Amino acid sequence: MPNTQHLKDLTTQVRRDILRMVHKVNSGHPGGSLGCAEFFVTLYQSIMDRKDGFDMDGIGEDLFFLSNGHISPVYYSVLARSGYFPVEELNTFRLINTRLQGHPTTHENLPGIRIASGSLGQGMSVALGAAQTKKLNNDSHLIYSLHGDGELQEGQNWEAIMYAAGNNVDNIIATIDLNGQQIDGSTDDVLPMGSVKDKFEAFGWTVVEINEGNDIDAILKGMAEAKSKTGQGKPVCVLLKTVMGNGVDFMMHTHAWHGKAPNDEQLAIGLAQNPETLGDY
Amino acid sequence: MKTYTNTGSKDTRSGFGAGLTELGKTNENVVALCADLIGSLKMDDFKANHPERFFQVGIAEANMIGLAAGMTIGGKIPFTGTFANFSTGRVYDQIRQSVAYSDKNVKICASHAGLTLGEDGATHQILEDIGLMKMLPGMTVINPCDYNQTKAATIAIAKHHGPVYLRFGRPKVANFTPENQTFEIGKALHLVDGTDVTIVATGHLVWEALEAAKALNEKGISAEVINIHTIKPLDDEAIIKSVSKTGCIVTAEEHNFLGGLGESVARVLATSKPTPQEFVATKDTFGESGTPEQLMEKYGLNSQAIIKAVETVIKRK
Repeated sequence: MPNTQHLKDLTTQVRRDILRMVHKVNSGHPGGSLGCAEFFVTLYQSIMDRKDGFDMDGIGEDLFFLSNGHISPVYYSVLARSGYFPVEELNTFRLINTRLQGHPTTHENLPGIRIASGSLGQGMSVALGAAQTKKLNNDSHLIYSLHGDGELQEGQNWEAIMYAAGNNVDNIIATIDLNGQQIDGSTDDVLPMGSVKDKFEAFGWTVVEINEGNDIDAILKGMAEAKSKTGQGKPVCVLLKTVMGNGVDFMMHTHAWHGKAPNDEQLAIGLAQNPETLGDY
Repeated sequence: MKTYTNTGSKDTRSGFGAGLTELGKTNENVVALCADLIGSLKMDDFKANHPERFFQVGIAEANMIGLAAGMTIGGKIPFTGTFANFSTGRVYDQIRQSVAYSDKNVKICASHAGLTLGEDGATHQILEDIGLMKMLPGMTVINPCDYNQTKAATIAIAKHHGPVYLRFGRPKVANFTPENQTFEIGKALHLVDGTDVTIVATGHLVWEALEAAKALNEKGISAEVINIHTIKPLDDEAIIKSVSKTGCIVTAEEHNFLGGLGESVARVLATSKPTPQEFVATKDTFGESGTPEQLMEKYGLNSQAIIKAVETVIKRK
């Protein structure tokens, strides 16, 4: 196992960024952001083969697409801390004239973002299109994407999921954040989806499960396995079991913090549970 | 007055198909996607010649728009093909977020627009698509008038960076613009000089406007005819210049008068040069089954309707 202390430290710092960003503007989505902090950090720091700098076409590097755009705080934090733009800019999240819009957009030319997301269910199609262009360009790099579990209720996903297998799009690793929560409650209460694994497999995808989706070692292992299954004629899906609100005890295991910011007192508690590691912005 | 000759009626969708065939040969970045309507969209040639650049997506238009948006990342220029209704209303949010807001270089190519697809009826006859598309920031909206112009427009939009809505139709209509013309996006085409009234028309209604101008000329009314193939960006200057001379205007389109060309023209005139205007368009209604000719007659979208509108608007000067 590689030394993952740096990734753990960075994750703690990203959690602080998330809490401070949403607290400052009293809006945004901390729950899902916290749940995916380990995944984003690991993806950008260890898994993806990325070029320095940013250009929209991204030829010759792995690309990532966020479909559930509301978890923008974790995305922005990890992009900034991976060198796409200054970390101080996290201070502008959701403020007027910011490049860090409530939901990610290409409209403000923020480096690292290749598609707008927010209206759910569209990212799978976009990621598949990018994957097919990689093939047309004889670019052997991969497409990664992230989708919420509740988001799978949007029908466009299933058009895309069917298309991917039917067209052997095997250079994509689409990860589903299985936190079991959505705005109105648990996914089982809102719209029971049955086995997501069975559904993807029935649609012809290879499925890799990461049962400890907030454990960096487990993510590294699972994503390596997923990568090893690309290029075999089938699209690859990772089912990432995460805990919404992970790392801030009162935000964990509940949908209550899906789209709610902590107050001053709650922020202090959250930050105390995640001591500064690499320096606040 | 200047007259135009129909060199042989053809469908505008075949003009699209011919343009796409040409692009296949000349631009290797052009890719095409279709949602189970290859024959109707005349995409067969492109598919046969460039199978590696052709993507059959099945009956899944939302996925098609998203795929197209994604394919631009890495430099491809996707042309999507389906009926106008399924190209716009069905996938409005996908176009809004993944294409327009994301500034993706996608060309949304829409056949069977308006009433003239005929017998299939209102479920397939969209009369709101121009409005839907022109409201999207950054979207270019083009509605060429005949086969030759549709072919030229198809070729031209590949060179334009940014999202484009290209609207064309099913029936065979007069083909009267030059073969191998250069198509300039946003540039209105002045077809007939006149002094008493301006008729600006788009799409299938351009030929009807020419027919109307001929008949009006015999009645001693001198009509200026302008072909507005690009509804957005609109050639404001051409419109203002013409009404400065004629003092009144008729707009003609195969579209609802809410949200169409006429409203765009009215906005220009209201802010720059208030001018009496009459609208030849459908009046906030759905279509129905019938032959194209019957429908254009019933819904007031032919040369007779234009003549009537001209006679009304001239009295309002």
